[in-house]
Amino acid sequence: MPAPELHRTTLPNGLRVLVVPDPATPVVGVAVHVDVGFRSEPEGRTGFAHLFEHLMFQGSESLEKLAHFRHVQGSGGVFNGSTHQDYTDYFQVLPAAALERALFLEADRLRAPKLTQENLRNQIDVVKEEIRLNVLNRPYGGFPWILLPPVLYDTFPNAHNGYGDFSELEQASLEDAAAFFDTYYSPANAQVTVAGYLDVEETLRLVEKHFGDIPARPAPQRPSFGEPLPTGERRQSVIDAHAPLPAIALGYRMPDPGSDLDGYLGHALLGSVLGDGEAARLQRRLVHVDGLVTDISASAGLMGPLDARDPDTFTITAVHPSAVDPDRVLAAVDEELDKLAAEGPSTEELARQVARWSAGLHQENDRVMYRMLGLGARELLYGRAEISAELPDRLAAVTPEQVRAAAAALRSGGRGVLLVEPKEGE
Amino acid sequence: MTSTTHRSADEIGRTELGPRPLPPLGPTRAVPLPDVEERVLPNGLRVLAAHRPGVPMVELRLRVPFAGDEPEHPAVAELLASTLLTGTATRDRVGIDDELAAVGADLGVNVDPERLQIGGSGLADGLPDLLGVLADVLTAATHPDGEVARERDRLVERISVARAQPRTIAREALQRKRFGDHPITREMPTGEAVAAVTVEQVRALHAAALVPGGSTLVLVGDIDPANAIAQVEKAVSGWVSDSPARELSTPPPITPSDLLLVHRAGSVQSQLRLSAPALRRHDPRYAALQLANLVFGGYFSSRWMENVREDKGYTYGAHSGIEFVPGGAVLGVETDVASDVTAPALLETRYELGRITAVPPTAAEVDAARAYAVGSLLISLDNQGGLASTLSALAADGLGIDWLRAHPARLESVTVEQVAEAALEFFAPTAFTGVVVGDADVIGARVRALGGITGP
Repeated sequence: MPAPELHRTTLPNGLRVLVVPDPATPVVGVAVHVDVGFRSEPEGRTGFAHLFEHLMFQGSESLEKLAHFRHVQGSGGVFNGSTHQDYTDYFQVLPAAALERALFLEADRLRAPKLTQENLRNQIDVVKEEIRLNVLNRPYGGFPWILLPPVLYDTFPNAHNGYGDFSELEQASLEDAAAFFDTYYSPANAQVTVAGYLDVEETLRLVEKHFGDIPARPAPQRPSFGEPLPTGERRQSVIDAHAPLPAIALGYRMPDPGSDLDGYLGHALLGSVLGDGEAARLQRRLVHVDGLVTDISASAGLMGPLDARDPDTFTITAVHPSAVDPDRVLAAVDEELDKLAAEGPSTEELARQVARWSAGLHQENDRVMYRMLGLGARELLYGRAEISAELPDRLAAVTPEQVRAAAAALRSGGRGVLLVEPKEGE
Repeated sequence: MTSTTHRSADEIGRTELGPRPLPPLGPTRAVPLPDVEERVLPNGLRVLAAHRPGVPMVELRLRVPFAGDEPEHPAVAELLASTLLTGTATRDRVGIDDELAAVGADLGVNVDPERLQIGGSGLADGLPDLLGVLADVLTAATHPDGEVARERDRLVERISVARAQPRTIAREALQRKRFGDHPITREMPTGEAVAAVTVEQVRALHAAALVPGGSTLVLVGDIDPANAIAQVEKAVSGWVSDSPARELSTPPPITPSDLLLVHRAGSVQSQLRLSAPALRRHDPRYAALQLANLVFGGYFSSRWMENVREDKGYTYGAHSGIEFVPGGAVLGVETDVASDVTAPALLETRYELGRITAVPPTAAEVDAARAYAVGSLLISLDNQGGLASTLSALAADGLGIDWLRAHPARLESVTVEQVAEAALEFFAPTAFTGVVVGDADVIGARVRALGGITGP
């Protein structure tokens, strides 16, 4: 597959622009990635970055409440937004005929969103329902992305609940929203990605037309979220009132994807060798041979691979019967990691996992929406959307020795162990 | 809270230039759908293949009608699905997975009361290998004793996890409420039923029911369709059976009735699930119903969503949609809401059902729904997997790509009056039945006070 053409520019107000044509599709996507995620929200306002994402859909100077949804969908498009550790994205995919309309809609809310008390109260209620739906009312809600970080990390940015506590969400004020917008939603802190059926010159002209007169504001200073590597094992238990079976999550630190991408990819492939497919090592050992766990998985990145800056988390999660002591699960995982740390995977074993990864990357690239979001996120986080196109080759170049080293790194560093326990008597 | 000098919310929402006009839409591009090549093989398997380059992949969907009346059928079928890829005469579980992974492929098996589906994908030049593994498991899966025993334990554990999900509890209650004890309701067996399944039962069901006659295989990707079909024929020539695959009988029509209140202790949210009869895709009024559904609750910009989420804040999501069942279709109206707003959310839901019949969709509402229906169809088909799944679902309903190609024009020609007629007939509150699942001790009094509800 040929690498996508990437066209870049930066507007005078600091907004970064990435345009990626694809003549084969009838649809076009527009994404705005803003360089603020839940790691940047202030203490006392957990969940604010996500709550603010909701507010950005609630109207702007040119568009009353509900108009954004109606215009996107009434043009035949779909939309969404999401809040991650280090960024918040807003996107729409539409028939190509609606390109200028999409650019207008994104520009208008980045220029002058209408932040009102009524919408703030309404969206606090909606976000609370989202949290009830995804966390409070279901088994294993927030496992492991909310529950594991406080075991592995010490600092507020890395350890706190990105969905937020109800009491802190309820205290959020319009003043908070205005300060958050002016600080983080400056054009110099954002990036627009346009992908799909488009003409590059015309698209750049339309981007300039709609986003160009957003007044420049300084980009905020981005702090480091680095913290020392943990030493030893840290363990915590939580009770889950809805869970019928216990679960366990292990969290480890990973190399910095920005400065050591190949080390990071070694961990990503270690995750596959451990967990992807019936032949993967933890599947074979813990699920099928020892029968210790019901299901197990291993992966790089708390919210997926290459989705955050440093520090990020390598996770292993499993659900197991109550009769199995979690220490037996840990011991079996450690044994498998020790084997890999001593011998590494075989060349063929690694090649099979690389083939699966490549196929998965092709599938991601087959949809305009995912291709656009992948390019946009990598451009924002690492300054190189090219990483998306290079990934198959870079993964193919990862050696068994690098995967061995990744396993050894997990065994020699500290880790967080989270135990989820069903409520007594259930 | 973050910058010491910032504008007020009011100042942020205003610019010197003031509000700006919405740009018009540009010219529309047609939906580029490939031709689909089709053949029924000598063993009765129907194969559809389409060339869709873009990425060097191929998507595969095999659909085998897989109904069964026996009470133990759902449990045996689930265990069959769980052990299909765990061993053949020549490959063990690891061998199967290794062979698939080598060509970037994955296969997954799932089963429901209507069909067993094997879905997957792989690098296009590995198609012969992918088909080789598929044919091997279809014709020579052994369901090894040890694997059946282990998967049986795992399935019992997984079912206990699934049954702790509020959406599973609500779905089961809704299925029973609208279809009684018809086999379509048996979507998930009990742990006890699974624990009682023997390896002989699994093998017997495989031999009797996992058969080519009446089954459909769809391939979409960077392939030559004629060549791909020839490869399928070569791979599955040994897959034969005298009897055809088993179609699920038509479930009884939905009878309007009171909602059933189902108690789930300790629930902090309630699940509202309402349902009424609908139309199949073949019906000339289908497109009108599709638009009426969008206006009611089928997309974000719908009346119901705007009311219960964006105005009242009762829910994160509210969705209505058309679900196909053998010989027919049903409407589903679904939302999850906090316990303390369950009664008001039910009241608003009934209000919106009444309103769409009494105050029919406007021309603007219909036009927006129409644009969304056409555009989202385009977007859903912009990738190989989306097209493969759609072709498979249409084929099961006796429809082909021509139906898909003609659908935008069908949507364009629907009149506002036709949408209003569909809304009146299908969304009338008197047409519905359903369930409310939640903590009855908390929600019961206020929900019962609204009337039209029975239960604990």
